[in-house]
Amino acid sequence: MQVKLALPKGQLQGSTAALLKEAGFAIGDYREGSRSYRPRCEVFPGLFTKVFHEKDIAIQVAIGNYDLGICRLDWVEELLAKYHSDAVVKVGDLGYGKRSLYAVAASSSEAKSLEAIRSRSESLRIVSEYPNLAESFALKRRLRRFQIFPAWGAAGVYPPENAELAIVAETSSNRLQEQGLVPVATILESSACLVANRNSLEGKDLSQLLAALCSTDVGDVDVEEAVGVGAEVGAQRSVTGEPVVSLALPDGHQQPHTVDFLNRAGLKIDGYNVGRPTARPRIGLDGVMVKVLRPQDMPLHVANGSFDLAITGRDWLRDHHFRFPSSPVEELLQLGFGKVRIVAVVMQDMPAHDNHLTPCKIIPTWGASEAFLPEDADVLIENTQTGSTIAKHNLKIIDTLFESSACLIGNTEAIGSLDKGEKISHLVEAMRRGVEGHPLS
Amino acid sequence: MKVPRCKGTRDWMPEDMAKFRQIEAEFRNCCLGWGYQEIRTPILEYLHLFTSAGTLSPDMLGRVYSFLDWDGWSGERVVLRPDGTIPAARLYVENFQNLPIAKLFYVENVFAFEGTGEESRERWQCGAELIGGSEGDVELLSLALEAIARLGIDPVEIRLAHAGLLRIFLEGLGLSGEEAEVLEQVFCGNVDALLDVKGRNPELEKQLQLLFGIKGSSPGFVENLRSVCAPSLPALEPSLDELARIASLLTDLGFGYRIDFTSGRGFEYYTGIIFGFYSSGRRLGGGGRYDELIPLVGGGSVCASGFALYVDELMDLVKEVPRRERILVKAKEDEGLRDSLEVARLLRGAGYIAEFDLGYEETSDFRWIVDMRGGEGIELIDQLSGKKWRKSSPAELLRFLEEARCK
Repeated sequence: MQVKLALPKGQLQGSTAALLKEAGFAIGDYREGSRSYRPRCEVFPGLFTKVFHEKDIAIQVAIGNYDLGICRLDWVEELLAKYHSDAVVKVGDLGYGKRSLYAVAASSSEAKSLEAIRSRSESLRIVSEYPNLAESFALKRRLRRFQIFPAWGAAGVYPPENAELAIVAETSSNRLQEQGLVPVATILESSACLVANRNSLEGKDLSQLLAALCSTDVGDVDVEEAVGVGAEVGAQRSVTGEPVVSLALPDGHQQPHTVDFLNRAGLKIDGYNVGRPTARPRIGLDGVMVKVLRPQDMPLHVANGSFDLAITGRDWLRDHHFRFPSSPVEELLQLGFGKVRIVAVVMQDMPAHDNHLTPCKIIPTWGASEAFLPEDADVLIENTQTGSTIAKHNLKIIDTLFESSACLIGNTEAIGSLDKGEKISHLVEAMRRGVEGHPLS
Repeated sequence: MKVPRCKGTRDWMPEDMAKFRQIEAEFRNCCLGWGYQEIRTPILEYLHLFTSAGTLSPDMLGRVYSFLDWDGWSGERVVLRPDGTIPAARLYVENFQNLPIAKLFYVENVFAFEGTGEESRERWQCGAELIGGSEGDVELLSLALEAIARLGIDPVEIRLAHAGLLRIFLEGLGLSGEEAEVLEQVFCGNVDALLDVKGRNPELEKQLQLLFGIKGSSPGFVENLRSVCAPSLPALEPSLDELARIASLLTDLGFGYRIDFTSGRGFEYYTGIIFGFYSSGRRLGGGGRYDELIPLVGGGSVCASGFALYVDELMDLVKEVPRRERILVKAKEDEGLRDSLEVARLLRGAGYIAEFDLGYEETSDFRWIVDMRGGEGIELIDQLSGKKWRKSSPAELLRFLEEARCK
């Protein structure tokens, strides 16, 4: 009988590998920093393991693709907060990967307590990678009016200018302070936990693995990620007191290309040029504020007015417009770099002749998506630059949905506004010259 | 491949719809007769209508169907209406605030998630709201009872409680911080939650036992409560006065009732008297006074009360709906079809169901068969007696049927 176990990639990898080894299930090629998606357990051939982003694990166990999974409790609760499913059973706390889920405000904010925040008459903006827990928190605390903005990451960078609250996971309140944040409530204490699919627990013999994992104790060996913020945090304001134009720049793969492009445009930005960017780089223009976000999040935050301009991918803009057709975000410039194709991918040996895909279920993923095929999905919608990663995983492209590259997007209302329009035009013009190769002197 | 219906939903079959329409018709007729006007609020409302009112419990809000609409980029969530009263209050504030009183009713569905998927997550309610009057409780009770009686449901028990009185009691317990969640649970109907704070205030605890342990059935019970509780909690007096007044009125009107403080479930926005209707062990509906709701949704300081009857519960108890008599019409073809259509039209006009024989009908389902395929006249067959008649005209046919119906 095969037992399927979903393992986390990222921060929990080291401790989880140590736990498995200590429990007698050492898995070759699964250790801190390893990149194999299907590591094998030599001592227990009936154990099938696959490596996922932590957030995907609770979902995979809930839908029954995996009997067991290891991820942090916060991701399990995030799933259960919206989908009151009894399909996921929390079997045990594994004791490592401890962190708390905090509701935080900016230290520079005037409202630094929940009571002060609740007393606001305006709608409260809450940003989080945990939108379901954020909504649950708002309802439980009887917040009168609120908007939840989901983020792929970097939620802590939004307050105070772009949100009143962020819901973030952090190992200590000291780490929040380093980021210029102050906790107003602790929502959840979290650590790595073993979760099981209810049907598997009821109908399959998982006892060998359960007994070994639940009785083994390992310390934290995982390395905490460095906090990606600069020394200076808090609201950036115009020296002249004029309205500030806000520009969002991408982190991740797009960053080096964006740095090159901004240099070509003659826009010097401190704290963004080399290595890991700070969350709030400085641009040498008065009345312009810059923050670094996930490019996936930018269209939504430009739409809701948190940012006036952003450099993101056309794929993310298109995805956003598909979801919100009347959104006040428009593409202002094609920037030409970061070209990718959005493709439909299947296994090499799948006899796929057409793309008639009904009925189908859409399963969201937060990374490591190549690993889903063939066991946990039939078709993958993915972006690719050269196709080499796809080929490396024994996959083939059956269709190209569209091509994408970086673009500058803007909020239509801000562009047309009297107080910001001129400054926005100046920035757009500088970037246009960058595209054309004639930077502003 | 069969596509199943969504989990937590139900299909209504023809017999269900017949019952639903009967309940709806009786309720509408009652309300119109009492001078109430029908409204219908949208199935989608902003989530903040319900959160800003601050009146629905987090548990209930946690089960609403909320999502981002196609233009939800601003983060403004919408919900499938989880409650009928709060949208009606919003509608009142938008449209009727200039009137001294608004008497409104609705037949609407409400939605709440239910985990097993075995219960329907969509529920229908017949609701009435009396906004602007401070004396409407007995009128609403009478209206609800009349609607239930018209459906042939008997006996019906009224259970009374008082939200204001309960709140004052619980405040008297001096619950703090986390313990305030107990209050939340009690307001959701879980009276057992009070066990968690047992011993906090021995005197009040004794009174709570009296409050929840004994069911009153007369104004005298209210006076008993007053004599035991009011000396230590004088703030109870106005609530006791109101409860005593309603109890006396109901006694005078000949309505039986029980004063039962454990019956006040789901009364988060109620401020005064609460009533529930029960029959055959089922809760058929409930309502009460909610004087603070209109200000909470942006209106003026206006008193209000209302009730809702639960259609799904009523459907299980309502007697079989009397059906109109069905007549099968065997029609001539071609040039004779026009005569057959005219006879069928006249039969429908006289209140019968006239169905054409398409060759698939089970003739035993019909008492009467009107056969127009022969020569002169109309042949009428009574399948009960096996007799046949030939009628010379549609008018003669109708007269004959009417006489037979009267026998």
